[in-house]
Amino acid sequence: MDFNDTPEEAEFRAEARGFLEKHLKLKDGAGGRHRSTDDFLKRAKNWQKTKAEGGFAQITWPKEWGGRGGTSMQQVIWNQEEGKFDAPTGPFAIGLGMCVPTVIAFGSDDHKKRYVEKALRGEEIWCQLFSEPAAGSDVAGVKTRAVKDGDEWVINGQKVWTTGAHFSDYGIVLTRTDPKAPKHKGLTMFIVDMNDPGVEAKPIHQASGGREFNEVYFTDVRIPDSDRLGEVGEGWKVALVTLMNERLAVGGSPGPDWKEIMDYARGKGTLSDQAFREKLADWYVAAQGYNLTKFRTQTALSRGGTPGPENSIGKIITANQLQDICNSAIEMQDHYGIMNDSETMPANAIFQQSFMWAPGLRIAGGTDEILKNIIAERVLGLPQDVRVDKDVPFETLKQG
Amino acid sequence: MNFDFSEDQKFLAGEARKFLENRCTTAHVREVLDDENKSHNEDVWNQVVEMGWLGTAIPEEYGGLGLGMLELCVIAEEMGRALAPVPFASTAYFFAEALKIAGSEDQKKDLLAKVASGEIVGCYAASEGPGNPDASKLSVSFDGSKVSGTKIPVTDGDIATHAIVLAKEGSGASLVLVDLTGDGVTRKPVQTLEPTRSHAEIKFDGAPGTRIGPAGQAADLNDAILNRAAVLLAFEQLGGADRCLEMATEFAKERFAFGRPIGGNQAIKHKLAEMYVKNQVARSNSYYGAWALSTDAAELPEAAAAARLASSDAFWFASKENIQTHGGMGFTWEVDCHLFYRRAKLLAVQAGAPKIWKEKLVSALERKNAA
Repeated sequence: MDFNDTPEEAEFRAEARGFLEKHLKLKDGAGGRHRSTDDFLKRAKNWQKTKAEGGFAQITWPKEWGGRGGTSMQQVIWNQEEGKFDAPTGPFAIGLGMCVPTVIAFGSDDHKKRYVEKALRGEEIWCQLFSEPAAGSDVAGVKTRAVKDGDEWVINGQKVWTTGAHFSDYGIVLTRTDPKAPKHKGLTMFIVDMNDPGVEAKPIHQASGGREFNEVYFTDVRIPDSDRLGEVGEGWKVALVTLMNERLAVGGSPGPDWKEIMDYARGKGTLSDQAFREKLADWYVAAQGYNLTKFRTQTALSRGGTPGPENSIGKIITANQLQDICNSAIEMQDHYGIMNDSETMPANAIFQQSFMWAPGLRIAGGTDEILKNIIAERVLGLPQDVRVDKDVPFETLKQG
Repeated sequence: MNFDFSEDQKFLAGEARKFLENRCTTAHVREVLDDENKSHNEDVWNQVVEMGWLGTAIPEEYGGLGLGMLELCVIAEEMGRALAPVPFASTAYFFAEALKIAGSEDQKKDLLAKVASGEIVGCYAASEGPGNPDASKLSVSFDGSKVSGTKIPVTDGDIATHAIVLAKEGSGASLVLVDLTGDGVTRKPVQTLEPTRSHAEIKFDGAPGTRIGPAGQAADLNDAILNRAAVLLAFEQLGGADRCLEMATEFAKERFAFGRPIGGNQAIKHKLAEMYVKNQVARSNSYYGAWALSTDAAELPEAAAAARLASSDAFWFASKENIQTHGGMGFTWEVDCHLFYRRAKLLAVQAGAPKIWKEKLVSALERKNAA
C-alpha cells in the first residue's frame, strides 16, 4: 500500500508535466471562477489545439479519432497535472466528454469525418440539449417535438440548463418523435446546428445571481434526416451512451473546505469553541473519505480494472458539506455574516458566495435523491420505484 | 497509485472469511449471549489460536508469523464481520501492540511468543469509572513493584491471564504488566449491554507488577497504543457495518408490504444508500489508517482518529438502521440485528468515545496546520 506511481505512470506523468511546463504557467493560488468571455474562449480554443497537436487531447480515445490510445489512468494523471496549471479547459468538457463520443458511437462516417477532428482541435464547441422545464431528473420525459417533413425533421420546443449553449457551434438534442409511444420509446436524437436562426439561447438568471446556464428555444428548426443519431424511436438508448460517457470525476473541492473554515475560525479566535471543533472533525472525516475513495478508484484503474461504483458517493458528500460549511461560517460571523461584499468581507466573501451556489450543486448532474436512487438500484440491487409511466402512451401521462 | 490491499492480503481476507463463516456463525456468538456462565466461545478461540492469527503482526523472532499490520487489518475486518466472541482485540490489538512499542527486549522475547501461541490472553486495563481515563488523574497506583486500586470495566478482564494496567506512579503514570492469576488480584464479571464480549471489574491489592516502558511516560504510550488499536478496531467496525448493510439490503428485497418489496420505497432505498456512503467513507479512512500504521507514518494520529470516527459512525448508523429496516422482526431476540447493535456500541466506546477522538483529531490538525 502506497501512493506512488508505477514506473510507467511516472514516465507518463513526467512527459505530461514537461508538455504543460512548456506551454502554461502554474496556477498562482487565487484562480477564480472562469468567465466565458470572448478572450477566455480564444485562449481555451488555442490550448485545446495545442493539446491535440501534442497528443494529450482525449487520451483514452483511439488514435483513429485523434486520441492517444492511452489508458484511463493516464487520463487521470493528465487531469491531475493539468489541474495544477492555469489551463482554460471548461468549454470542451461536455462536448468532448459526452457529445462527440455519442457521435462516434452512432454517427455516420460522414459525421465522424466532419465533426470529430474539429471538436478535438477546439475549432468547434458542442453542447448537450437534454433537460427541459418538465424533464429534469426524469429526463426521458422530454416534450421538445420533432416532426418528419419529407427528408427533414422540424423541431419545436424548449431546453433548459444547457451549459455553454451561447458559445456552442453544435449540439445533440433529445426530441420526442412519437407521443403515442411509451415515454422511453418515442424519443429520437439529432445533431443540431446551434447557429440556425430558429435556435435561441437565453441565459438563466440563477438564484445565486449569476447567469452561467441557458434556456434554449427551438422554433421550426429544420434538421436533415441524415443528422439523426441512432434509429427513430431509439433516442433513449443513444442518450444513455451520452450519460455513461461522463468524464472520470477527478475534480477537487467545489468551494471552501474544512481547512479554509479552520483557518478562518483561527483568525477569528473561535477555533476553541467545542461545538465547532466537533463539526470540523466531521467535515475532515467526510472530505478525507471522499478524497481517499478517489485514490481507491485510481488504484483500480492503475491495476487495469474498471472503477467500481465508489465514485457515485462523491457529489452527495461534497455538495452537502459545502452547504454546511458555508452555513457555519456565516453563523460564526453572527449578524455581520449576512453581508456579502467581496471587497470588504473576510475571505473575500467566499463563504457567502458559495452559500448561494451550494443549492445548485446539490441539484446539478443528478440531485442528491437521484444519486441515492442510483446507489440503491445499481449498487445494492434494490427494486425500482413504482412506475406509472411504463407501457402507457406518453401523451396520456399526467404532467405538471 | 497503490491504495488498496495486495492480492496476497485479499487472499488472506478471503480465507479468513470462509473460515469464520463456517466456524464462527451467529449461532456460535449466541452460545455466549445465551449462557451467563460463558465469557467467550472457547471452540472458536482455540481455532483462532490454531490458525496463528494472534501472531499475524508479531515478528518471527518473537514467535509470530511476521506478516504485518496490513494483514492484521484484513483479519480484523473479518473478525468484526463475524462478531467473533473471543478476546482477540484485547490480546492482539492492545496487549501485543503495547508490548511491541513499549516492552523491553526481554519482555518481548518472553511474552510475545506466548501471545502468538495462545498461552497468554491479554487485556488492557485503563478505565476506572465514568469518563475517559486521564493519565494525570488515576486512582490505580504503582509503587515500583506493586499495583493497587480498581479498574472497571476491563474488556476480557475475567478471562485474560495478563493485564497491562495504566497506573499512577509518582507524579506521572506508567504502564504495568500484571499476572492476573497471581496474588493480589480479585476479579468479578460485570454485566454489560454487549454480553458476547466479556467484561470485568479488577481489584488490585498490592498485586506484583513490572513496568512496560519507562516510568512516568504512560500518557504518551497510552496515546500511541490507542492510535494503533483504533485503526484495528476501525476494521472490525467496518466489517460489522458492511454486514449490517448486507442484512438490511437482503431483507428489503425479500420483505413484502403493500404488495411489493419494501426495498422499492425511497425511504428505505435512500436510507440504505446513506449507509453505503458512510461505509465507503469508513473504508477509505480505515485504509489510510492501515497505511499510516504499517509505515509508522507521522500522519498516524490524524489517520487513526479519522478511521475510528468514520467507522464508529458507520457501524452505529448501519446497526440501528438495520433494525429499523427489519421492522418488528428486527426487535426480536431471535433475529441477529441486535447482536450488531450491541457490538457497534461497545467498539465505539471501548478505546475512547467519538467525542474524545474528535478532539484528538482537531488537535492533530491544529499542530499540523499551525498558523
